[in-house]
Amino acid sequence: MGWNRKILRVDLAGGTCREEPLNMEWAQEYLGSRGLATKYLVSEIDPRVDPLSPDNKMIMATGPLTGTMASTGGRYTVVTKGPLTGAIACSNSGGFFGAEMKFAGWDMIIFEGRAPKPVYLHVENDRAELRDASHLWGKSCWETEETIKHELQDPLVRISSIGRAGENQVYYACIVNDLHRAAGRSGVGAVMGSKNLKAVALRGTKGVSGIRDFGEFMQATNAAKKVLADNAVTGQGLPKYGTQVLMNVINEIGALPTRNHRDVQFEDAGKISAEAMHEKRPSDGKPQLVTNAACFGCTIACGRISEIDKGHFTVKNNPKYWGASGGLEYEAAWALGAANGVGDLEALQYANLLCNEQGMDPISFGATVGAAMELYEMGVLTQEQIGLEAPFGSAAALAKLAEMTALGEGFGKEIGLGSKRLCTKCGHPELSMTVKGQEFPAYDSRGIQGMGLAYATSNRGACHLRGYTVASEVLGIPVKTDPHVTEGKAELVKAFQDATAVFDSAGICVFTSFAWTLADVQPQLAAACEGDWSMDKLNAVGERIWNMERQFNNAAGFTAKDDNLPPRLTSEPAKTGPAKGMVNHLDRMLPEYYQVRGWTPEGVPKPETLSRLGL
Amino acid sequence: MKIAFKLFASLSDYLPAGSRDNRIELDVDEGVSVAEMIRRYQVPERSAHLVLVNGLFVPPAERSRRRLQEGDEVAVWPPIAGG
Repeated sequence: MGWNRKILRVDLAGGTCREEPLNMEWAQEYLGSRGLATKYLVSEIDPRVDPLSPDNKMIMATGPLTGTMASTGGRYTVVTKGPLTGAIACSNSGGFFGAEMKFAGWDMIIFEGRAPKPVYLHVENDRAELRDASHLWGKSCWETEETIKHELQDPLVRISSIGRAGENQVYYACIVNDLHRAAGRSGVGAVMGSKNLKAVALRGTKGVSGIRDFGEFMQATNAAKKVLADNAVTGQGLPKYGTQVLMNVINEIGALPTRNHRDVQFEDAGKISAEAMHEKRPSDGKPQLVTNAACFGCTIACGRISEIDKGHFTVKNNPKYWGASGGLEYEAAWALGAANGVGDLEALQYANLLCNEQGMDPISFGATVGAAMELYEMGVLTQEQIGLEAPFGSAAALAKLAEMTALGEGFGKEIGLGSKRLCTKCGHPELSMTVKGQEFPAYDSRGIQGMGLAYATSNRGACHLRGYTVASEVLGIPVKTDPHVTEGKAELVKAFQDATAVFDSAGICVFTSFAWTLADVQPQLAAACEGDWSMDKLNAVGERIWNMERQFNNAAGFTAKDDNLPPRLTSEPAKTGPAKGMVNHLDRMLPEYYQVRGWTPEGVPKPETLSRLGL
Repeated sequence: MKIAFKLFASLSDYLPAGSRDNRIELDVDEGVSVAEMIRRYQVPERSAHLVLVNGLFVPPAERSRRRLQEGDEVAVWPPIAGG
């Protein structure tokens, strides 16, 4: 078995921690992590619950491969009802926290209720207790991690925490672990803040036991690692250039959302690209990039560790930001840069550091700044309201708004609402570049048609990691498809969505899928877990998880009308590049998608579909 | 005729010294193919993974047949991905 068969249930209101057996019947149907935690959540909460009320629950979960020697087996997920969207939220993070949970003997931790005062959870193998966190409230994620390690006198304790953004319930606050990895999207950090839960500190020394067939597992994981090493993308491209290498690619194909999606190409894309991070700066003769980095058990190592220019205006009087730290990854660089027209690489890294330090999703933050800048340029928002000049392209405005939002000061509180609430408040909901309230990531769906469908139907709102058809439409993985056509995209999106649900639920990184297919994951799961883990079973598990999430959203009040894109993407043609003149044709793809999914024209899973999937 | 030739990521090492922003502007003969340009700069064929002309994908099998025109922009990447 790849599971520890043990859940920790934490009643924050009562201050108690108790052990429960993992429901092994559910584990056979939902695998682990995203799938299994979602099964628990949908079974335990009212879908219409206020996400920031004590009645919402939050689950931190590992998968059967988390903590094992499977490559990238360090992932954990946070599952809850998301405040940004009101939909199911499932945010996935790497680093070392997930593996530590497994080593301490737990598969998942379920948090219920709200603590009467700030607390943190300390787990040391079988022992779990809630501790006072009054002294941590108001501290950043970085300070919290340092303080807890100091007071526990244990430098090896692994910590996930919220910063000021989570405390202030910024709608896109995230949960940061290991200083710069994050369960980033949908506002899971705001849920944690609403529960008065500052941090979770784990120490596990048990290792992972109970692999079904250890010899077979060694063989399967070694074979799969060889596939990653031999593949030019996962073996060379990602370690060397990281995800940031996409900046120039996506700009070249005319799908780099720029200035709140007004444009699809950014004239300064090269200045904020992976190539730019490798170039020596004129100011100090050093490149921003220091090294790459790997999460637990990862043989790809795509992470970026950078050092900001000490003389840059954002940090020249603030030495605490001078050390090497996480970033920039592609999504953050895009959202903080192209999305608001800022081409200053150092300013982007500064805003990125603030997001890591105080726990904010840089995608939603950057995209919300982009919306605010458009409203400013239209004269809807004024300098007096914002407290500063905020035209597109202003690195100073980006840096200041990052500080204000992270600390909950002035107009930062408005930016903390997210783009949908901000634009609606300003009378221009059409300018919010969101689906189901969540901001788009770094691909414009006018130039990559399948991504429009993937965004519109993503169960957690606009997201690239629910069905990354960019792999096929742009990069040719596993096969090249034309990004400008809609034909075949319904099947493609469904295939990516279902397969990704399995990768996520196994406890591994979805980036392995640049080299692996489910056929590479299957032998690893079959060797680790008892039960039938055939390809047919995995395909069914992925589809079951997707439909379960959909059912939750439908019960929460979402309908087919919410499977939509902002009018800008379906009615304002791309102005430049190879997709010039194009809009996204969601209307052509969505009905076919519902059909392929076995849903009614209203986007509701048909009884026979639910019956086939055992839902 | 004038074209732009762009090499990104690790392929930028194949650009002549003094190139800026991963690109060079070139005067080339009419009818030169994408594959000839890639060979001219000694980019190993297996490293020329993603090839775009004016942002549009050119499959490996078509690189020899695809003739460039005045003003075309050729961009080449090694195997890469992101997220």
